[in-house]
Amino acid sequence: MSNKNILLSHLKIADIVGIKSTVLDLGCGNGDLMAYLEKNKNVNSQGVEISEDAIYKCVEKGLCVLHSDIDGVLDVYPSNSFDFVILSQSLQQVKRIDDVLEESLRIGKKVIIVFPNFAHISLRVMLFFKGRAPVTKSLPDRWNDTPNIRFLSIKDFQKFCEEKKYKIIEKYFISNSKYTHILPNLFAQQAIFVITK
Amino acid sequence: MEHKLAIKISSKNVGIVETKYFTFNDLVLENKHKLSQVTVAYETYGTLSEKKDNAILIAHAFTGDAHCAGYHEGDEKPGWWDSMIGHKKAFDTDKYFVICSNVLAGCQGTTGPSSINSETGKEYGTDFPVISMADIVTVQKRLVEYLGIEKLLSVAGGSMGGMQVLQWAMSYPENICSAIPIATTMRHSPQQIAFNEVGRQSVMGDIAWKDGHYYQTGNPDRGLAVARMLGHITYMSDVSMQKKFPIKEKEKSVKFDFNADFEVEEYLRYRGSAFVKRFDANTYLYISKAMDHFDVQKEDFLPAEKNINIKFLVISFKSDWLYPSYQSENIVKYLKMKGQYVTYCNIHSTYGHDAFLLEIKDETNLIKNFLSNLYDEVNSVK
Repeated sequence: MSNKNILLSHLKIADIVGIKSTVLDLGCGNGDLMAYLEKNKNVNSQGVEISEDAIYKCVEKGLCVLHSDIDGVLDVYPSNSFDFVILSQSLQQVKRIDDVLEESLRIGKKVIIVFPNFAHISLRVMLFFKGRAPVTKSLPDRWNDTPNIRFLSIKDFQKFCEEKKYKIIEKYFISNSKYTHILPNLFAQQAIFVITK
Repeated sequence: MEHKLAIKISSKNVGIVETKYFTFNDLVLENKHKLSQVTVAYETYGTLSEKKDNAILIAHAFTGDAHCAGYHEGDEKPGWWDSMIGHKKAFDTDKYFVICSNVLAGCQGTTGPSSINSETGKEYGTDFPVISMADIVTVQKRLVEYLGIEKLLSVAGGSMGGMQVLQWAMSYPENICSAIPIATTMRHSPQQIAFNEVGRQSVMGDIAWKDGHYYQTGNPDRGLAVARMLGHITYMSDVSMQKKFPIKEKEKSVKFDFNADFEVEEYLRYRGSAFVKRFDANTYLYISKAMDHFDVQKEDFLPAEKNINIKFLVISFKSDWLYPSYQSENIVKYLKMKGQYVTYCNIHSTYGHDAFLLEIKDETNLIKNFLSNLYDEVNSVK
């Protein structure tokens, strides 16, 4: 289910970026999204990734990637040098959120963020009734070995954008590999936001 | 000639190879000095395609040579990067035509201070003109032209080889499709210059050096060996030395003399004395100075208005403290700011600087895929 959610978010990102745009994927992992966008949308993409094994997979796919922490490289990219900066499943692992988003909005004309909603009903149930840190298909890692250091909900993110005066220009919510509109902060497992300054 | 080889050559190997020589006249150096004749020692592996679009130049490190793959007749050891060059290897000789030459001022077949100066009939010694990384690359360019190649698919090399790669991108950007600088820098740090200077002082402090005119009287072997010992320490890491030379209880005796009590001492002594048999002390001085003065950063490297498109694959190693990863990261940042295509990987390794000769699996993984995707692209554009 979680893989299907991610796949659906990739399809949506492909729709959003359109054909022949330029994309910087921060935390690009194995490069699946970049490869998909290059193949299907003729996008010109670059990635940043901290895992060495993931870098090998990206190079195998013929992708252009930098082996680095997201925080460490953003200053080298000129302003407005990409149509889109993407943080797909990586925002929750970023240390300096404020700086990274600020920099992303400087480098990209638009920023696409995809993150798991920590206020989804299944997580609330686990926390409330079982009294345990939630482990779900969307968030499969236990508290002691999760790469996530930020636990945010859809409401949290919207509030954050409001405070920072970032404009949310598009938003999509995914639940069980379908789009959903009903009470997203309760029922959506994944959220996709397109923001700009 | 029938020859029986002592070792079995694997089917992935390029087999028995020979060093070839190319000679040309009138090389004007960066400092306007002229060499009336230059000979270049080189080797090639694989076959040049009809379109001449599959040539890759390998640039060797400080004390390397043109023999980077295969075996010389009668040798038991293959070339210095044999594990990377051959059938289905990182530089796949089924697909690519691989060239490697000994650098200018070298001592393994290419004209250098130990060559005979035709004007005097004697070895140049320190009358040999000062050379730069740009001169080294100019000589390589002449060789590549002589082989009928206009544009190289790639230039690759580690350490000083990586400096030559960057110099190619600066001097002849239109003549390369891609560049693979490994464990290298855009310029030497004070620490790197300091180590080189101690090496040079060791050579020049040897009474046998005689201001570089020692070819009739005997080489400054002692000084050169000590320089090499120092070099070897900087090529390893604390961890790799601990693994390679674990201190044994019996070595820690209270009784000692000044022989090699510890394995690491023995190793360094051995490497020092083996080195002086194959390397010229003056070459050591000339080349190490060329490295210290190398600086692509001070010049306008890859100016934006020239619209240069080279694909870079930059590789560094986490435990390399002689050419630390931050130097490669600086290359990456510089290239990114110039809008170049750069892929970068900082490989986990405990080998120190030597890793570029030893982390074969990871390097192969990166280089093989990088080249293969590039070659497909180059072919599809045509």
